[in-house]
Amino acid sequence: MVEFFTTTNLGIALLTLGQILLVLVPLFVALAFLMYGDRKIWAAVQMRKGPNIVGVFGLLQSFADFIKYIVKEVVVPAGADKFVFYLAPMITFITACIAWAVIPWNDGWVIADINVAILYVFAVSSLEVYGVIMGGWASNSKYPFLGSLRSAAQMISYEVSIGLIIIGVIISTGSMNFGDIVAAQDGKGIFSWYWLPHFPMVFLFFVSALAETNRPPFDLPEAESELVAGYQVEYSSTPFLLFMMGELMAVVLMCALVSILFFGGWNSPVEFLPDGILWLVIKMLLAFFVFSMVKAIVPRYRYDQLMRIGWKVFLPLSLAWVVLVAFFAQYGALWGTYARWTVGG
Amino acid sequence: MTVADYAFYLFSITMLVAATFTVVSKSPVHSVLWLILTFLSASGLFVLLGAEFVAMLLVIVYVGAVMVLFLFVVMMLDVDFAELKAGMAKYLPFGLLIGVVLILQMAFAFGDWTTAEGAEALRRSVTPDLTEVQNTAALGMLMYDDYLMLFQLAGLILLVAMIGAIVLTLRHRSDVKRQNVLFQMYRDPNTAIEIKDVKPGQGL
Repeated sequence: MVEFFTTTNLGIALLTLGQILLVLVPLFVALAFLMYGDRKIWAAVQMRKGPNIVGVFGLLQSFADFIKYIVKEVVVPAGADKFVFYLAPMITFITACIAWAVIPWNDGWVIADINVAILYVFAVSSLEVYGVIMGGWASNSKYPFLGSLRSAAQMISYEVSIGLIIIGVIISTGSMNFGDIVAAQDGKGIFSWYWLPHFPMVFLFFVSALAETNRPPFDLPEAESELVAGYQVEYSSTPFLLFMMGELMAVVLMCALVSILFFGGWNSPVEFLPDGILWLVIKMLLAFFVFSMVKAIVPRYRYDQLMRIGWKVFLPLSLAWVVLVAFFAQYGALWGTYARWTVGG
Repeated sequence: MTVADYAFYLFSITMLVAATFTVVSKSPVHSVLWLILTFLSASGLFVLLGAEFVAMLLVIVYVGAVMVLFLFVVMMLDVDFAELKAGMAKYLPFGLLIGVVLILQMAFAFGDWTTAEGAEALRRSVTPDLTEVQNTAALGMLMYDDYLMLFQLAGLILLVAMIGAIVLTLRHRSDVKRQNVLFQMYRDPNTAIEIKDVKPGQGL
């Protein structure tokens, strides 16, 4: 039996398929409740009640929305490029899904344990911009096109600083594998995680993640007050649902990245408690809570401010930090906090 | 056939089909999209070769950045389709000629080619033992330890090209309004808002 799943082609395919389902199905269910939680937090900040009709405390609201989305009619605007119009939400959704292939949930609990895991996530998240551009272009309408141009520029700008911040972590670890990165943060609980040595970058990474995932206060692509809803204007029904789920999944992915890169992944914050998947989930939920709070309490940025922060503040800062970390790591500053190399060196 | 074989044929066929459509598709935006698919398949082939770092870099740099710019340009420019089509008929023989030359070269390389004695060993001598060191680390070692000078010089040439492009297009205009970001940031209610006590029925 074990042999069938580890040696034959069919067995390996089935095993991988099972692992994929094991990751994606709980993720989709969690997404429904995260969406609900997002709305509830937002409502609580504004002293509203939020969704409270469907199910106990409105817990089933997301499922009701889901059914609503899939039974509605798909409207394709006249003059739209039909093929690209349908392709765009699929790309957003699929790229958001496949990034999870390399995210480890616990020691060794990962679908694809590859050496260049961070680069993979980075590559996949750089593909996400295509869903937005294609959606905006294929709609053959002015608002979506403006929205997609904005968001493409925004996502590319902040990808640069995210990449540089990640390089700092890679330098400290000496590996691009998520398992190695988490292992390098193992030790004296909360104080051996990377948030301490890489402190300013945690903040920068978080803000860049907000901009990269088009979350408020950087949700300029869909700024309701000026662009109606940006690239999503012409989308309805299931394609819109795919866009929405893809975006939310990218947000959750960023939560996972923050937890893994800077907050020790599945490592326990105190030494006497065992490590485990629960810690990663708790950290991701906390990160998501902060994402929601930012959405509720920070006003939207102006577009030129957004670009200025990205190129003139974040990029030089993160670039300087890379050089600084490289020096710290090479000369073993702070008792080797910056150089936890497990391979090479 | 193993999974890798199936993957190879999948990626190669996708790549060839996508490359063909890049050339023949009517809309330039579709062409760029097909080109993106070509790059993605190429990166899949790199993964099969065991060059995972190059594969990821191909996606990040070409698909994630260069192609986005392409798409921008193609979407924003007003492209005349008729003219493009006319051009294609004109350049087709030349393109075909290049294709034939390339195929002939490949045929020579695979068919009737003998490597000099010791050439293989010479090429392998710079490659670190891949069973001991990761692909990425090996590449880094080559670029930053063994060939640091060449690598830095290549970077310098690119820098010169970049500065040249900026110098050529930069112009200082005095007739445009610029915003002073610091001035904007240091505005506060005391300097920006004046509170007036308006009597009822009188106005300002």
